[in-house]
Amino acid sequence: MATNSMGNIQKIKKKLKVLIVDDDPLNLKIHEKIIKAIGGISQTARNGEEAVIIHRDGGSSFDLILMDKEMPERDGVSTTKKLREMKVKSMIVGVTSLADNEEERRAFMEAGLNHCLAKPLTKDKIIPLINQLMDA
Amino acid sequence: MGKCMQGYLDEQFMELEELQDDVNPNFVEEVATLYFKDSARLINSIDQALERGSFDFNRLDNYMHQFKGSSTSIGASKVKTECTMFREYCRMGNAEGCLRTFQQVKKEHATLRKKLEHYFQLARQAGPKETARRSK
Repeated sequence: MATNSMGNIQKIKKKLKVLIVDDDPLNLKIHEKIIKAIGGISQTARNGEEAVIIHRDGGSSFDLILMDKEMPERDGVSTTKKLREMKVKSMIVGVTSLADNEEERRAFMEAGLNHCLAKPLTKDKIIPLINQLMDA
Repeated sequence: MGKCMQGYLDEQFMELEELQDDVNPNFVEEVATLYFKDSARLINSIDQALERGSFDFNRLDNYMHQFKGSSTSIGASKVKTECTMFREYCRMGNAEGCLRTFQQVKKEHATLRKKLEHYFQLARQAGPKETARRSK
């Protein structure tokens, strides 16, 4: 398992299939790169509605869904609720802004998230979380 | 990251540099290009809204929320700080504060753009191995 100079694990324990849901092309690019760097493979959706359609069309299953909160068409809270109603079993990690208050974060969690992370995402934030969630 | 960039870019930029590899040797420059394309659009939208004299603070705050988000993703610390100030003035409904701060946002954004253009020019001259060495 690859480690950095501080001995921290730099790769996740198994190859994950990840859906990245975000309306910001900049975040999509960065998060795709992070997932690739930690040994995962990714697909993207530009908003919550696309994410729902990907699942509705069937055949798509992801180990992990990175869900942005603020998106047009369908936001992260609504999308998470919908995916859980559709019996989607993937780990869903919400990606929030630091400006979000506690109440907003709680509502997002209650929609069906496994966890929440604040932007910007980094490898050091995401690797321990993924490994922890996979061990659970 | 060079000394000329200190203060303008935070550790998030270094995270992006760490993601750069042989497969994607221009990753950071591609991210920066995306950022400046998106931020130019947002600046234009805010400029037009302010020129119309219509202080729809919710709308202005929404634009700036997006701008701040992108700036956070690339590590543009000074731009981010000015975005935060602008949003505070939006919350207070202070038009004059918004106008004044927006000038600062544009100034810091333009300065960052020049510095990054110079930085990437030097990086291209140095070559991929030297760039990778400097980013470590």
